[in-house]
Amino acid sequence: MTYLFNTPDQQQEMLQTIGVDSLEALFSTIPSELRLNRPLDMHPALTEMELQAHVTKLAEKNVGPGSRVCMLGGGAYDHFIPAAVDEIARRGEFYTAYTPYQAEASQGSLQTFFEFQSLICQLTGMDVSNASLYEGGTCVSEAAFMAMRVTNRHDRVVLLGSLHPEYRQVVETYLKHLNCEVVIVPCENGCVDPAEVEAAMNDQTACLVIQHPNFFGTLEEAEQLTEIAHKYGALSVVSYDPISLGILKRPGDYGADIAIAEGQSLGTPLQFGGPYLGLFSCSQKFVRRMPGRLIGETVDRKGNRCYVLNLQAREQHIRRDKATSNICSNQGLIAIRAAVYLSLLGKQGVREVAELSCQKAHYAADQLSQIEGIDLLFNDRPFFKEFALSCSEGSDFLLRKAREAGFDLGPELSRFEYNNGSERYQTGVLVAITEQRTREEIDRLVMALKA
Amino acid sequence: MRNQLATESLFALSHQGRRGARFPASDVPEKPLDELIPKSALSTEPTGLPEVTESDVIRHFVNLSTLNMCVDTHFYPLGSCTMKYNPKRHERLAGLPGIVDLHPYQHTADLQGMLELLYETQEMLAEISGLPAVSIQPAAGAQGEFTALLTAKAYFEARGEKRTKVLFPNSAHGTNPASAAIAGFDCVQLASSKEGLVDLEDLKAHLDDQTAVFMVTNPNTLGLFEKDIKQIAQMVHDAGGLVYIDGANMNAILGYTRPGDFGGDMMHYNVHKTFTGPHGAGGPGSGPIAVRDFLADFLPGPVIKYNSAENEYTLENPPKSIGRVRTFYGNIGILVRGYCYLRTLGAEGLKAVSENAVLNANYLKAILKDVLPVPNGDLCMHEFVASASKTKAENGISAMDIAKRLLDFGFHAPTVYFPLVVPEAIMVEPTETESKETLDAFAETLRNILQEDPEFLHQAPHSTAISRPDEVIAARNPILKCCAPQ
Repeated sequence: MTYLFNTPDQQQEMLQTIGVDSLEALFSTIPSELRLNRPLDMHPALTEMELQAHVTKLAEKNVGPGSRVCMLGGGAYDHFIPAAVDEIARRGEFYTAYTPYQAEASQGSLQTFFEFQSLICQLTGMDVSNASLYEGGTCVSEAAFMAMRVTNRHDRVVLLGSLHPEYRQVVETYLKHLNCEVVIVPCENGCVDPAEVEAAMNDQTACLVIQHPNFFGTLEEAEQLTEIAHKYGALSVVSYDPISLGILKRPGDYGADIAIAEGQSLGTPLQFGGPYLGLFSCSQKFVRRMPGRLIGETVDRKGNRCYVLNLQAREQHIRRDKATSNICSNQGLIAIRAAVYLSLLGKQGVREVAELSCQKAHYAADQLSQIEGIDLLFNDRPFFKEFALSCSEGSDFLLRKAREAGFDLGPELSRFEYNNGSERYQTGVLVAITEQRTREEIDRLVMALKA
Repeated sequence: MRNQLATESLFALSHQGRRGARFPASDVPEKPLDELIPKSALSTEPTGLPEVTESDVIRHFVNLSTLNMCVDTHFYPLGSCTMKYNPKRHERLAGLPGIVDLHPYQHTADLQGMLELLYETQEMLAEISGLPAVSIQPAAGAQGEFTALLTAKAYFEARGEKRTKVLFPNSAHGTNPASAAIAGFDCVQLASSKEGLVDLEDLKAHLDDQTAVFMVTNPNTLGLFEKDIKQIAQMVHDAGGLVYIDGANMNAILGYTRPGDFGGDMMHYNVHKTFTGPHGAGGPGSGPIAVRDFLADFLPGPVIKYNSAENEYTLENPPKSIGRVRTFYGNIGILVRGYCYLRTLGAEGLKAVSENAVLNANYLKAILKDVLPVPNGDLCMHEFVASASKTKAENGISAMDIAKRLLDFGFHAPTVYFPLVVPEAIMVEPTETESKETLDAFAETLRNILQEDPEFLHQAPHSTAISRPDEVIAARNPILKCCAPQ
């Protein structure tokens, strides 16, 4: 039998030692009326060779970047992943280890996560980072919970209408049933009007959640919005694109209290939406209110520098219902990928990826918007690497035509529900351009759409 | 052999001008950045990321990795964690083009193979649990708990009932109360019986028309099957509540009994445990939930449906969905590995997994019981909780001492001091992917350790890179990042 060790002889010997006469007898504590008296209804077992053939066949039924140029965005991006990232993440020492509770047997993971925390602080300009949360969406709800604890305001949070619609839905799922009012500031023209944000704030608001660049790829007035949040005693929560920080001001530069992100762009493949990486960092003064694992430096009994899980008294296995979060796992292996990615790229590499993505996206936007019937949905707004197109023939037409020519654009904005969203959104399609896209590809797409 | 110099600190390796990755020059006409982006939004200085070469990075992290114990290198009998072997075929298949590179917003017509795989996964999870409706969305077990509790809440609200309490035994995982609190319930902790099972009297005393959900791990965290589970479920149902099964210990009962058959209304799986995820040094996990049909409409969306008339797989939102609990669809990469595992084993293989997991645990328990008694239960399931209180009283050797000393002999430590209901708890879960020879060697080592000088054990481990880190210093003045590179 696959993956088992003990031979029938050994099993008999072991049963004898235990003092029972059959494997079945080991299950005698399960009352017989609760037993399943038939085999599970499953496909027959497959050998490795058969499994590989089967899964390969399933994979071939999908159409991936092998045959399509990926210009999809909406929170998951096709950035380049250097081979060294896979090399480290494939080490059994990392991926077959458990959470580093036994520090002496886990210094490899612990130091790597400590360095991950350090790298995220350098990237964001924030004081402290945890060792990761699930993904970008739950980071927003965890940030909102933390803001409520810090401000002791539990009834109201304000989100920009330009937040990723799925992030907003996650926050609503987490907060609404706690009778916390989730206020959405309308976003009509691709980014919010600071005056409308100010109108939505009051002295009962725990936090203002800003996404910058926002869901439409557009830049928000993050600095000004942070000041507005602070004016009302609320925390400023900024959801950023980690790649954008190669050229954009860092959340720490303009006073964000909590900086969160979807970290998939940092060396993790798209893999149909997960597992991804929740990045969560904040100001030093809130460190004991943070959710998630934290790795700290200390010394061992001989005075050697070493690393441990720190401030565990915040966490569910100690504090139970009073914990700062119910989260138990983190995204360890994905955080390792991000640590390797950021180390490899360094300050120059991250800047180059950001610049290339930004330049190519602007070239693509210029070329595409010259096609008759295609316009930039928000044509006077600065953006980073992603922008929204509108098509006079409708978004389905645009997507289909691109697909036929071998390009995946999207997501189409009509895919999501918006609170107070503009009618114009129904016609929009997002396009994301990473450093991997070439002028030749962009020109080919433009030619195909002109035809 | 570890290179100590290479593991010093990543930031210490940094030297201005070094590069680990280069990118091609731009092939589009470039414009000055401040023409594209307002100057006020641009950073005035570069990030403080280190500057190192690719070989620096590889040498640093490869050397660091060697400081870990892992399933690939060591017996890892960490109770409650199911540290079974992680098959290498899973890594290859989860990395196939057409699997690893799919974008979540591709057109569903281009995703039929992936959706078929995930639909079949839903079907298998439903069959194994005896609960027909599945959501693959939760990122881990704790999020599965939270998701199921919200599902229950929505169900009660739809019936016009306002139930506020979640009950759980004192042996429960910490995530149970933490999830209940975040879902907005009042937490009620129940006593355990002398046998380490749910105390029926205490349960009865706390059940009322405010009870929403009773959460129970079965087999429980002591490695014991809750033999009265049917009656427990009946009591909860009679009070109008629902029963949640924490599926952390599913490795013990695959194909033998199903949560849906013993009265559970909802459960989560830990795909990274039972279906060998892997654990990834602390994640990513995957915590799909399975629920009864009357709860299906409330599950988070989207779920994967199959339309047989069109032979088409689709993504659909249940009509009364609680909403999303995360972006996109789930931790797909982990679910793909789980799928590969289930297809490799089939029905017979899964049953053999549980048989051998339970056999290994009982065997190890039997050959250790004279030195490390197990306070609760005669036969255990896939794990057992021994107590070191006898040796602690006699010669001061604590569960922690034993755990730390085991590392010196090349065994990862069992879980210690959990569950909280057993003093000096040592929780051992050998899993089915270990041999009798390994178990014998582990037992012999443990016996030898108990003969050692207690003072020597208080200082253990002696052969690892570090020993007994000072957690008090760490917490008093937290150092959570290294200093910036110059």
